[in-house]
Amino acid sequence: MLSDQDRIFTNLYGLHDWRLAGARARGDWDGTAAILARGREAIVEEMKASGLRGRGGAGFPTGMKWSFMPKTVGDRPHYLVVNADESEPGTCKDRDIIRHDPHKLIEGCLVASFAMGANACYIYIRGEFYNEALHLQAAIDEAYAAGLIGRNACGSGFDFDLYLHRGAGAYICGEETALIESLEGKKGMPRLKPPFPAAVGLYGCPTTVNNVESIAVAPTILRRGAAWFSALGRPKNAGTKLFCISGHVNKPCNVEEELGIPLRELIDTYAGGVRGGWDNLLAVIPGGSSVPVLPKSICDTVLMDFDSLREVRSGLGTAAVIVMDKSTDIIKAIARLSQFYKHESCGQCTPCREGTGWMMRVMNRMVEGRAEIDEIDTLEQVTRQIEGHTICALGDAAAWPIQGLIRHFRPVVEERIHAYKAAHAVRMAAE
Amino acid sequence: MAKVTVDGIEVEVPNGSNVLQACEAAGKEVPRFCYHERLSVAGNCRMCLVEIEKAPPKPFASCAYPVADGMVVHTDSEMVRKARRGVMEFLLINHPLDCPICDQGGECDLQDQAVGYGGDHSRYAENKRAVKDKNLGPLVKTVMTRCIHCTRCIRFSTEIAGVSEMGATARGESMEVGTYVEKALTSELSGNLIDICPVGALTSKPYAFVARPWELKKTDSVDVLDAVGASIRVDARGGEVLRILPRLNEDVNEEWLADKSRFAVDGLKRRRLDSCWVRRDGKLAPATWPEAFAAIAAKLAGLDGGRIGAIAGDLCDAESMAALKDLMGALGSANLDCRQDGAALDASRRDFYCFNTSIAGIEEADALLIVGANPRREAPLVNARIRKRGLAGAFPVAAIGTPADLTYPVTWLGDSPAALAEPAVRDMLKAAKRPMMIVGQGALARADGAAVLAACWALAAECGLLGAEWHGFNVLHTAASRVGALDLGFLPGPGGRDLAGMMGGGVDVLWLLGADEFDTSRIGADTFVVYQGHHGDRGAARADVILPGAAYTEKQGTYVNTEGRVQRGALAVYPPGDAREDWTIIRAFAGSIGKVLGYDDLPALRARLEQANPVFARPDILPRFGCGDLTGPAGGGAPGSAAFVSPVANYYQTDPISRASPTMAECTAAHHPAAALAAE
Repeated sequence: MLSDQDRIFTNLYGLHDWRLAGARARGDWDGTAAILARGREAIVEEMKASGLRGRGGAGFPTGMKWSFMPKTVGDRPHYLVVNADESEPGTCKDRDIIRHDPHKLIEGCLVASFAMGANACYIYIRGEFYNEALHLQAAIDEAYAAGLIGRNACGSGFDFDLYLHRGAGAYICGEETALIESLEGKKGMPRLKPPFPAAVGLYGCPTTVNNVESIAVAPTILRRGAAWFSALGRPKNAGTKLFCISGHVNKPCNVEEELGIPLRELIDTYAGGVRGGWDNLLAVIPGGSSVPVLPKSICDTVLMDFDSLREVRSGLGTAAVIVMDKSTDIIKAIARLSQFYKHESCGQCTPCREGTGWMMRVMNRMVEGRAEIDEIDTLEQVTRQIEGHTICALGDAAAWPIQGLIRHFRPVVEERIHAYKAAHAVRMAAE
Repeated sequence: MAKVTVDGIEVEVPNGSNVLQACEAAGKEVPRFCYHERLSVAGNCRMCLVEIEKAPPKPFASCAYPVADGMVVHTDSEMVRKARRGVMEFLLINHPLDCPICDQGGECDLQDQAVGYGGDHSRYAENKRAVKDKNLGPLVKTVMTRCIHCTRCIRFSTEIAGVSEMGATARGESMEVGTYVEKALTSELSGNLIDICPVGALTSKPYAFVARPWELKKTDSVDVLDAVGASIRVDARGGEVLRILPRLNEDVNEEWLADKSRFAVDGLKRRRLDSCWVRRDGKLAPATWPEAFAAIAAKLAGLDGGRIGAIAGDLCDAESMAALKDLMGALGSANLDCRQDGAALDASRRDFYCFNTSIAGIEEADALLIVGANPRREAPLVNARIRKRGLAGAFPVAAIGTPADLTYPVTWLGDSPAALAEPAVRDMLKAAKRPMMIVGQGALARADGAAVLAACWALAAECGLLGAEWHGFNVLHTAASRVGALDLGFLPGPGGRDLAGMMGGGVDVLWLLGADEFDTSRIGADTFVVYQGHHGDRGAARADVILPGAAYTEKQGTYVNTEGRVQRGALAVYPPGDAREDWTIIRAFAGSIGKVLGYDDLPALRARLEQANPVFARPDILPRFGCGDLTGPAGGGAPGSAAFVSPVANYYQTDPISRASPTMAECTAAHHPAAALAAE
């Protein structure tokens, strides 16, 4: 269990003052100028050494991402864009960072922007996060007033501007290139890659898009050292992570823990255990709606980190742990996710546009059992036809939950179909 | 250059190419819907998937993936075929199975590619999507349920046509392509949406349910409804031209066609002159060819050549104009004119009246001054080329004339000749390496036209438009026949009268060769008018004898476009009724009055054309040249102060064919309600 000294988000629950004075009391904005004084290279190297992997879901090493930015600023300015469009079902970590610890994020924006030579940073916040946007804007204003950002930020000689932009409520705008399009005022549709944002991003300029959590942990890592951070967690899965535990647990919560904590320990220690006891567990979606569901047999032993979850053909995603006990209609649960992806597909690529609707309709029938047994295979093939055939990963994200369902709960689906047939065979005979 | 191996074939393609282009270079066809060579890459249909070795084990969209040296690509592996079948299945689940009633049938990309990648049955058991149709105006018909969301139409209208009127609303399955607020497209290039739509979502409204592509006889020809001379394909069935499509010609129209050239086709079968008419007792009565010829011969008998005149219209082929000029010569007349608008064109040197930079040459220019022209209305395809050059960047465009939306940024410096003296004009032109100037008929067809022409040339000479390698002086014509007529010298000979001189009784017999674009009430009441042409328009209404001729789709004609490019049109259908190819009418009449023109067939006549002007010996080829002699046109007088006005007020109705076209009338009603009312 993570010791309190090693926690980064010390006001995760909003028990203390979220404003500048409170943040300072917790150690934020301490020696920021000294961090900047180390220089771009040193900061990026430190981040690389820390082993921090992106907290937005894909788990790409953050330090390496920063190092992709051009080493010197040419005729095009550099930008940092912070992805605060937290829309993944089950995920609520960035929201708590923003409303209870906004200065961690703002300081991170300054440090990260400096490390990439960006004099401007945009935070793209989910439109529904209205009160959070007010908090963040208030914190930004405080930081400007205190000279922490703006011209000559923290007395470092570095000019830095931070802008908050509110989205309009589309899940796809959490995809980094769609977010850039939306920020530019266009329809939020993912761009083709290559070129990658580090070469051609916001307004055609070199841009890095990072998750709120990745940026917010950066100042603490730089203050306490890469060695401290990488000593936490497991090899290649370093550090602490915010887990969002929801669903059929006794005490749903957000909690910061080391990567690699056993799933069962995470739920039992922090969330008060599964409703009705561990044996009442049916399945867990370990990383937000986009990753395949895991049955209890795997949940018994699996560790919560990027590589361990990948080994069991799921993923850490945003570490949004959705717990389902045996009262859950697992088919209905996954069908609901299919509706979500059908609703949120941007409509650009054929497989995702047409396939998400197809999957949703078949899933809706499967909830009733109004289907044929061989349609399960058809559905599985449809998910394969979508996966990996689209511009962005929304197609994959729509396919994976269904693949997880078929992989682990095929008997349940078949049983439902048989039951429906049996019920209707009687009626037909009666007619 | 990057070396790429496609299915074992090694090809070299320029760096920055995409994989799809490399595959094409290797002769491998890659199916696609959204990719189009002339539009930006969308990469959204996912049909062009290929496998790339030493890359993540998933298929890549070849249209959007840049080549790299040493890349190994497979276009026909199991993974690729499976992926394409998957995409095709997705495209078809919500596409209606209405091919039998779809106008795209037989020339549909989706149909063709479904043969290669479609399944034999559908696994999709749900209801198909239905989408409400949009009204895009009189030209483009929509069946939006068929749309596969490739966004080609959106990209075409935004990028090529320069009107940001189309877009997609909503997202996912609910995404709909349309004009946001329902309205008619305001582009003169909207017909091209029909060509680029890979399915039957956007089809031709006037052509709806008319014919199937395999029923049509296809004839390659050249367009005459503006002076651009776009390459076209005339599709006919029986004796009827049913539609006109563009043909690829990188030098002129690329693969686009302007709306009038495409849709005025229904004017070809309305208000046609299909028999001879002779005016008896003030009323026109049907006649036979011998009767018509006799009526003209009787009038000509004993008449002095100086009392006979001829005016050539805007749609005439060079052959008929050469024959008419020869006939006039045989009758002893020097009264010839082809400038119905009275434009002060100086025919003493060819580069005084041609678009010397050439249309493709616009892409090499780095600054442009437009004087008295609205290229969007006068020559939409030239305008599209200017826009294309503008999009490439570093291309300042300034204009003198009535401000209008030309679809690209223009600095309007004034509306009258005085603006030629603006310092900004010289600054812009002198700063450029390859500056060009376009002088429109609006600047020349006026009393001070000669002075304006001379002033423009002088400005060009002063600002470095006229170099040994670069000729930046351009005259933009609106009439397809004009440059050919000037090349043939269809102008007043020594002591001859021009058009104005032939009016008001200046001649006793006036032969109008398809001349409808001047005020016929100016012709003297006692002048005997022979109208030779194909439509019952203004000229025919005034005529004393009507000789039915052939429209451009019905004869083998030579036309010279505004660049000076000699092009040959072809006969797609035969002229209706008694109508004949125009040069044969003149030849036959000359024979009937005992005059010898010296040719009895088309080769002999074309030899005569070459003899009259050697440019006619080189069809389709346009030699580029610089300007060796800076001496300008004669000019005379000083430019006045009147504002320049474009000669084309209503793009959709500029000639007898488009005035006879119901489709063009609908366009006029949609886009120029005032003009439509006035016509009624």
